[in-house]
Amino acid sequence: MAEAAMQLDDIPATPAIEIENVSVTFGQGQNQVRAIDRISLDVRDGEFLTLIGHSGCGKSTLLRVIADIIKPTEGRVQVLGALPEKARRARQFSMVFQQPTLLPWASVIDNVSLPFKVGGASAAGDQAMDPAEALRLVELDGFENALPAELSGGMKQRVSIARALVTRPRILLMDEPFSALDELVRDMLNIELLKIWKRSGTTVVFVTHSLQEAAFLSQRVVVMGRRPSRIAGVLDIDLPEERNQKLKDAPELGRYVAALRALLDEG
Amino acid sequence: MSIANTSDVKTSDMTVFASIGQFAGVARPVVMGLLGLFVLLALWQFLIWVLETPVYLVPAPSDVALAVRNDFALLASSSVPTITEAFLGFLLGNCIAILVAASFVYAKLIEEMFYPVAIIIKTIPIVAIAPVLKIMLGNGIEPKVVVAALICFFPTLVNAVRGFRAVDPQLVELMHVLSASKTEVFMRVRLQSALPYIFSALKISVTMCVLGAIVGEWIGANHGIGYLLIQSMYEFDTPRLFASILTASFIAITGFAIVSVLEKIVIRWDAASVT
Repeated sequence: MAEAAMQLDDIPATPAIEIENVSVTFGQGQNQVRAIDRISLDVRDGEFLTLIGHSGCGKSTLLRVIADIIKPTEGRVQVLGALPEKARRARQFSMVFQQPTLLPWASVIDNVSLPFKVGGASAAGDQAMDPAEALRLVELDGFENALPAELSGGMKQRVSIARALVTRPRILLMDEPFSALDELVRDMLNIELLKIWKRSGTTVVFVTHSLQEAAFLSQRVVVMGRRPSRIAGVLDIDLPEERNQKLKDAPELGRYVAALRALLDEG
Repeated sequence: MSIANTSDVKTSDMTVFASIGQFAGVARPVVMGLLGLFVLLALWQFLIWVLETPVYLVPAPSDVALAVRNDFALLASSSVPTITEAFLGFLLGNCIAILVAASFVYAKLIEEMFYPVAIIIKTIPIVAIAPVLKIMLGNGIEPKVVVAALICFFPTLVNAVRGFRAVDPQLVELMHVLSASKTEVFMRVRLQSALPYIFSALKISVTMCVLGAIVGEWIGANHGIGYLLIQSMYEFDTPRLFASILTASFIAITGFAIVSVLEKIVIRWDAASVT
């Protein structure tokens, strides 16, 4: 038994995302701004990893490099062993933005089905989820025909999470998805997100500027320093797998928050 | 006793005010508008009566109403060509404007080259272009349609360009992550985002295209509201002249109402949330 465990540990698991010496520079000539500077990071398969840092530290930029929205100026990124562009075309990852980013003229169910309607529906494949099931997963069944304007902020963000899950992505990229919501809704969605992550086995890369949210959600938190940004430190969060509302106020979470704050101040 | 009475009166006043308040929400603008119009017409009628103005100079509202009744068949048959020209011009001008706007948004070079040209065309008075079009296109329906189209073109071009650009950049990022093609982004995001802008332009151009058709008829036609206006002027048939103006205005208002209803049907979502 112990031997088997040893063997499993010995097998080097291929990381879901490999980031090697990645730098991003915006602008030309004198107006050049280096957003991130030679960052290297591996995201393990199935891991919940959070990027945290001061605003403008380049955490969203790094996420956009993974999502193939921004090309790195230097360095190399591999998503599931391929270039980000290939992973994007194969629908290996989904992205959730800070704003719900819904089509205001389309119903909830049409918004959730959008990934199947554009970019060559064949990419969806057999493993895709029924849009109605995705809505059930975010507890929005019954709102299929509502328009986004009829929903609250939290409900809209749930719709955008359902849209991200509907392709059953191997990786979920989330750019401050709950930062525009009030604290009560944020707490609730944190717990729901953890449930979804558990059930789906997806790798999650989560960007936030809330220390508490980072510590509560993650297995590992990457703290990014000030611009031009490098990694200031990585903190493993060794909290029980089952995380609930009680943990939000628990002293052990507070200790992690304090440790993260110390790392941020150093960076 | 008397105190009780006054308070009774007050409460009944309050209910009257309350019901006026409810009525105010729905019908008040319409009723007030009609009331204003009625006051002006009554004043006009009164002045004509007091000043004993001859009918050929300024007709009283009652004379105009009589002309509408007597010449109803003529007004209706004259409306048909004018509406046809205005409608075709509306379609032509707006379709071209939207296509040009789309090409501007996708090709910066085309915009840089042709936006100034569009502005120059816009600054030429439409009545100055009309005779040129008559020489080029003859006496048929064509020059009228083109004048109507020209007058529609510019407001729609400007608004459509603004609309296509007003798209939420995060929606464009989302479509990129979903590997959507340029056509898909245009059809599913840009066009829809631009619709509120395009409709506000259509509401302007639908009234302008009637003006365009009438100007087109002035420079050479033997039927239509524009022709009837000129004809009535030469014949000093002032009541019919006024009735023709009324008809032209009625056509424009009807067009405006149709576009407004279409807007309500097409844009069901809250335009304010399109950010």
